[in-house]
Amino acid sequence: MTLSTTLQTSRRSFLKGSAALAGATLVVGYRADGALAAADTAADLNPFVRIEPDGTVVAIVKHFEMGQGTTTGLTTLIAEELDADWARVVPEFAPANSEIYGNLFFGGQGTGGSTAMANSFMQYRQAAAGARAVLMQAAAEAWGVSPGEVTIEGGVLKAGGKSAHFGEFAAAAAALPVPAEAPVKSPEQFRLIGKDGLPRKDSSAKTDGTAIFAMDVKLPGMVYAVVLTPPKFGGLLTGFDASGASEVPGFLDARPLADNSGLAVYATGTWAAIQAREAISAEWDFSGAETRSTDALMAYHEGLLDEPQYVVRGDEGVAEAIGGAARTIEAEFRFPFLAHASMEPLNCVVEPTEGGVRFHDGCQFPGIVQPTIGHLLGVDPAKVEVVTVYAGGSFGRRATPKADYHVQAALAFQAWGGDAPVKMVWTREDDMRGGYYRPMAAHRARIGLDADGRIAGWDHRLAVKSILKGSPFEAMIENGVDATSVEGIGDTHYALPAMSVGLTDAEYGVPVLWWRSVGHTHTAYTMETLMDMAAEAAGADPVEFRLGYLPGDDADQRRLAGVLKLAAEKAGWGSAPEGRFQGVAVHKSFNTYVAEVVEISLADGAVKVEKVTCAVDCGIAVNPDVIRAQMEGGIGYGLGAVMRNTITLTDGEVDQWNFPDYEPLRMSDMPDIEVHIVASDEAPTGVGEPGVPPVGPALANAIYAATGTRVTTLPMTESGVSFA
Amino acid sequence: MATQLRINGKDVEVTAPPDTPLLWVLRDEIGLTGTKFGCGVASCGACTVHVDGEPTRSCVLPVEAVAGAEITTIDAVNGTVAEAVQKAWRELDVVQCGYCQSGQIMSAIGLLSQNPSPTDQDIDDAMSGNACRCATYHRIRAAIHRAADTLEG
Repeated sequence: MTLSTTLQTSRRSFLKGSAALAGATLVVGYRADGALAAADTAADLNPFVRIEPDGTVVAIVKHFEMGQGTTTGLTTLIAEELDADWARVVPEFAPANSEIYGNLFFGGQGTGGSTAMANSFMQYRQAAAGARAVLMQAAAEAWGVSPGEVTIEGGVLKAGGKSAHFGEFAAAAAALPVPAEAPVKSPEQFRLIGKDGLPRKDSSAKTDGTAIFAMDVKLPGMVYAVVLTPPKFGGLLTGFDASGASEVPGFLDARPLADNSGLAVYATGTWAAIQAREAISAEWDFSGAETRSTDALMAYHEGLLDEPQYVVRGDEGVAEAIGGAARTIEAEFRFPFLAHASMEPLNCVVEPTEGGVRFHDGCQFPGIVQPTIGHLLGVDPAKVEVVTVYAGGSFGRRATPKADYHVQAALAFQAWGGDAPVKMVWTREDDMRGGYYRPMAAHRARIGLDADGRIAGWDHRLAVKSILKGSPFEAMIENGVDATSVEGIGDTHYALPAMSVGLTDAEYGVPVLWWRSVGHTHTAYTMETLMDMAAEAAGADPVEFRLGYLPGDDADQRRLAGVLKLAAEKAGWGSAPEGRFQGVAVHKSFNTYVAEVVEISLADGAVKVEKVTCAVDCGIAVNPDVIRAQMEGGIGYGLGAVMRNTITLTDGEVDQWNFPDYEPLRMSDMPDIEVHIVASDEAPTGVGEPGVPPVGPALANAIYAATGTRVTTLPMTESGVSFA
Repeated sequence: MATQLRINGKDVEVTAPPDTPLLWVLRDEIGLTGTKFGCGVASCGACTVHVDGEPTRSCVLPVEAVAGAEITTIDAVNGTVAEAVQKAWRELDVVQCGYCQSGQIMSAIGLLSQNPSPTDQDIDDAMSGNACRCATYHRIRAAIHRAADTLEG
């Protein structure tokens, strides 16, 4: 996608905002009763499909692209039902409009929870099927044949020796009523879904430098801003001295943000703004700031494990079962803060419009940005436009319920006067130290096994800060329990006879957020390490032991057992080559089932991750190669974090600054990866996150197999593990 | 204070202070945005350009240091090696978010220009300065091998 497409999106959002409401009313009806309707602009067949005069099909993509493949995936659905020529279907990001482009799983427009394909699967297919129906009818009317005689192949309409591309009937089709129940294909009719060989739609632009990210947006009259923020979370600006910045060529001014959360430093270019900020000193009020160190915070978490605040699961007889057990296992786990550290440091551009503002942003939650910024700036939320451009990664960081970086940009825009575009840029250091981390967590488990080595009782407690509490999603908390804190434990699919799970919300002033796979980042690690410990105590093979708790009573157990067996088989479980050691883990997250076998070697005591064999069951595999890519990437993302990443605080200040002290996984760390996809006709589920959770515990279990050391404090390097 | 640069085969006069890193001159002054800002400390490789053919981190490179040198960016890189690399990247759908890929590709072109048939170890050595948070490394390695095969013909 190029800049011209971006501009097209912008124009489109203008049309949507200014056109008669009739079109919008019709599309609201789409969501309420599933009916489709042609929109008011000539070639818009519905809000998801536009046909250009030359026959190009434009798929309007309601989810942003952070690399997870949504511009390819949703486009595939449109191309499939239209029988379009793949080369002539192009994605275009939708404007911000939660009524039309809301996520069907959570209402507002936004991407997260690995839901993009899952919530769009039928919606996009039905939209394209509707477009197909009116195109065929328009052709039939023009050619004097019945619609049943018209066929479509490779984007060409045909009947009785006549043929035409879509563009020739776009205008006529747009004037026709769309049938309420245009039939979608049955799976055996799929020509694109489930097939390899469809090139990603974003490959070309991302290999020649033409792909546009927010960092690349430059508008006439634009001012560059960086923000000097307090070194402790919750600090407030009380004074500053910008006299040193006047020497910096290009420096324009420094102005406090209206809420005193920082000082905006303006310049004629990014580098000048960064240099000017270096020359400015500021004073802060830390009376409301978090001033503890992470050591103290971890000790506080551990103390919270004694008396859990909320009951997540409370089976009868757990204490008795553990008290009368033949053997017991006890373990405590500690997890650090983690930064998302996407390659593109956060940034966005805010420009003034008639009665509102327009964001240029790799925008993950337009449905949050619109009301938040509307309220902040006192403008109609509908007048907060969003031009969505490619996002240079997110891993959850851009999905802030408080729109933190948008708010900062809007405040900088406001402080500059609100009459010129402002580009707010974070440096890597701003990004690393900006908070919204994967929360730290502490777990404690006691497991009792009976004389036969069967699990008799399992008591599990954890302490972690709630992500949902105090956010617009707080209503999702039930009986005090934030599911994102405990997902993967309280709802485990292992058939455990008696389990209790207790949760305590930790409270502190460091903002926390979902980080690729959210609670599963720590819950899968504990569950799958503990299952390995239990298997060992029982003298059982780790795969066989797990299968014993997945007897196939329901679909979850069957699908978990399915991926576990497949990964074990493909990895050659139990027959690793000389000098290699294996570990396994299996976990369900975001309705997708993933098992991974990690194979390592040791050289002078240093661990080398050699190979990861992954099996995934995500229902219908719409784009198999995108699924493989997401598993590969999830494995790498998870590996790097458990190996060596941690964000620590000293007296409230973040210790890490940049990649040299938050070392990302590198090429030389990357294992060989094999991904096997389970054939399925179930509805498609997410793949962006589920590759992450199993890799940490599978690696930990492999390290135990090789060294006899159980790693229960992350990152592994802090537990004395060294990596080759 | 103007500095004379030669970028993508063209002479360009830039007005940024001579100690300004080349990255920001390319991006903000000239408008060549294919080269990315990732860390500012030569630790991630997103800003990699070629200076006289050598992959170089532009985020810590003052423009005054490259006056007169041949600077090539992703926006205009060409030739048989570049074509083979970009083709392999597309055939294997290496990219995910894509933000680091300009730098990855510039480093890979540099590697293959020096070493037409690199081993995995050569690839690790040449590419480990280029971070990819999407962890597309597996495919980057495969794409470099494929490009090498293409060039061998």
